[in-house]
Amino acid sequence: MDMLQVSVWRGAASGGYRTYEVPRQESQSVLDVVTYIQRSIDPTLSYRFACRVGMCGACAMTVNGVARWTCRTHVAKVAQGNAIQIAPLANLPLVKDLVTDMREFFDKWARARGQFVPSATRHEDFARVASDSPGRVAANAGIECIGCGVCYASCDVVSWNSGYLGPAALNRAWTLVNDVRDGARRERLAAVAGDAGCHACHTHLSCSERCPKNIAPTAAIAGLKRAVAIAAWKGEL
Amino acid sequence: MSNDFRARNHPAWWAFLVHRLSGLALSVFLPFHFWALGQALQGEARLDGLLRWTEQPLVKFAEIVLVLLLAAHLTGGLRLLALEFLPWREWQKSLLALAAGAALAAGLAFALAL
Repeated sequence: MDMLQVSVWRGAASGGYRTYEVPRQESQSVLDVVTYIQRSIDPTLSYRFACRVGMCGACAMTVNGVARWTCRTHVAKVAQGNAIQIAPLANLPLVKDLVTDMREFFDKWARARGQFVPSATRHEDFARVASDSPGRVAANAGIECIGCGVCYASCDVVSWNSGYLGPAALNRAWTLVNDVRDGARRERLAAVAGDAGCHACHTHLSCSERCPKNIAPTAAIAGLKRAVAIAAWKGEL
Repeated sequence: MSNDFRARNHPAWWAFLVHRLSGLALSVFLPFHFWALGQALQGEARLDGLLRWTEQPLVKFAEIVLVLLLAAHLTGGLRLLALEFLPWREWQKSLLALAAGAALAAGLAFALAL
């Protein structure tokens, strides 16, 4: 049987890689590999997953140096020969092994005003938003985000500027800026206009390159830059 | 954990690096450019002397590299403007290839015209 040589990060920030031998199988995902190690070789390995089908965003890790959703990444696609290196996501504090602390990532969503603020009450009629209206189309492009953190881990600006809100939070803000039912447009644009906001993006496009859902946060960030500039021009900010 | 070159190994990141390095190189060249033009203030002979010095093969080669850097920075800048101001399309990598091709063509045209 073909064996995979899997090098896995163990420990916290001061840890190191440990190599495990895992039987190679057809249609094997990287998450399958990690699960095999934890269940059959070393039960002390910590990692995070939930749905296993690309919906929850919990299982993102760094595979051979690139951030990926491991449940939908086939070993055949990423193995170099029979070798794979698996590390925790970059740009996030490490808890243990492959588990990162996602608090800062999600706190930044809140800081970017990622919450929907209704402009109507339940006593009013339903908002009717045409599916082909420009705002709806722009929002649609970003709403499938599963919050996996792959874009955030791939972004150099996050590494350089720890306050930077990051691609996922800015993408969320852009979907809400395009939501005609939302009542906090001005506050949201102000929240993303600072030094740590959309203008800090260096357009590396790493987020758009790595997003497993094929979302382009760079498009959202470019849209926010334009919206902020127009709002500032009109004296709204 | 932090990323290494493997996370950055994709066309748009290389385009960023080319844009940044060409911009830095051009900003270093600019004072020399103005200094060379300033030689004309010292008289015709001084400028002609400098221009004769630039006829050397190595300086000519450096000039081709300079034109290539300038073209790369220009087309890279136009690509970023298109990305930021035009409606988003899924052609970002094609645009990148177009910018790289145009820059190389400009450099080649300059080299062959010498």
